[in-house]
Amino acid sequence: MAHLADPVAGVLPDPMLPAARRVLRTRRELADVWTVEIEPEADGHAFLPGQFNMLYAFGVGEAAISISGDPGEPNRLVHTIRSVGKVSEALARIRPGDLLGVRGPFGTGWPVAAADGADIVVVAGGLGLAPLRPALYRLFAERHRFGRVVLLCGARSPKDILFRREIERWRARLDIDAAVTVDHADHEWRGNVGVVTTLIGRAAFDPANTVAFVCGPEVMMRFAAVELETRGVRPEAIHLSMERNMKCAIGHCGHCQFGGDFVCKDGPVATFAQLRRRLALREI
Amino acid sequence: MIEGMERIIREHRFFAGLDDETLAFIAGCTRNVRFDAGQHLFRAGDPANEFYLIRHGRVALELPVPGKDAITFQTAGEGDVVGVSWLVPPHRWLHDARAVDLVRAIGVDAKCLRRKCDDDHDVGYEMMQRFVPVLVDRLQATRLQILDVYGTSR
Repeated sequence: MAHLADPVAGVLPDPMLPAARRVLRTRRELADVWTVEIEPEADGHAFLPGQFNMLYAFGVGEAAISISGDPGEPNRLVHTIRSVGKVSEALARIRPGDLLGVRGPFGTGWPVAAADGADIVVVAGGLGLAPLRPALYRLFAERHRFGRVVLLCGARSPKDILFRREIERWRARLDIDAAVTVDHADHEWRGNVGVVTTLIGRAAFDPANTVAFVCGPEVMMRFAAVELETRGVRPEAIHLSMERNMKCAIGHCGHCQFGGDFVCKDGPVATFAQLRRRLALREI
Repeated sequence: MIEGMERIIREHRFFAGLDDETLAFIAGCTRNVRFDAGQHLFRAGDPANEFYLIRHGRVALELPVPGKDAITFQTAGEGDVVGVSWLVPPHRWLHDARAVDLVRAIGVDAKCLRRKCDDDHDVGYEMMQRFVPVLVDRLQATRLQILDVYGTSR
């Protein structure tokens, strides 16, 4: 698959043409969430944490799916998919040996490299941890370059915690602070209950020197960004990953237009300073 | 003893920045408390005579449901305050508070503090300035919780 440095220049393979790739492994993460590992190109599938691919379930349709694997392992192409519609349902149903269409990677990524020396606060809500996981892998791989690393995860209930075993491993590390909360729980749950934004006030970091990565449902991201800003994090240092209905993924069709930008090529990752006004608009 | 409590409450996030005079004033209404896992700090309907500043451990705030297990709607941890119903009549708890694990806390005699707030409105204003953000945060968190933003897992 091509690396689309400049898809419009025409010197690279057609960015609209999906490459047929074989599914190597699938894993059920939650009742309606699957992780799918796809055979990459011969020279690997280099990507930035936060970027997405267009996955094509042949005969059904195409959907934008964030890459959830390790950018340090480009020979493993991993996506985590929640079955919510016709296409994602077909993608989640796919089995090892099946063929998928792949285009990408597309979009902007989490600015991990630019966060050198800063404290990092990662706020994930629900499936939002999937697009953040590549950034976490990169942060852990280059841990010495950052100050405090704080991971705050929210889920609907204990049975909806994505990558639970991996979070437990991360929590055991001595060089990151990780906390999980759920919106609803029964008596068996001994962890935090409450929305993920409640963890922000309790976390230890230096707001003036913090870069935040936030991903989850849009309303959750808005509340989280406001909370981070209230703590003193600069809006320019709060990065959110937007989600819109993407079709071409190269800024031509306009399906994912969000104000003056296209989420597919100007996003999905953008700063709260850029997005604040638009997040409050009901019309878009 | 009160000097010791002054030091302890000075270290608690909720009373950060409080001047010495007010701190000494409030310290007279406080005591150290501990709750074992499963023990209730208070139950819905009981008189709101003492609220708690958590120093260690986790507390589940729960709504009792007849015939079923109580529903946990929030947990409070180190640095948090548990109990705001002491501020408003009829001064009765609106929910349960249960220690999830061993909890060490500062218990604040609500009647004593209410009396001090009535006698000295500067202290009352100081308390309001500290409790209103707690209420606003809880209201905001509840709004987000009601939205059920993560949807339903099948």
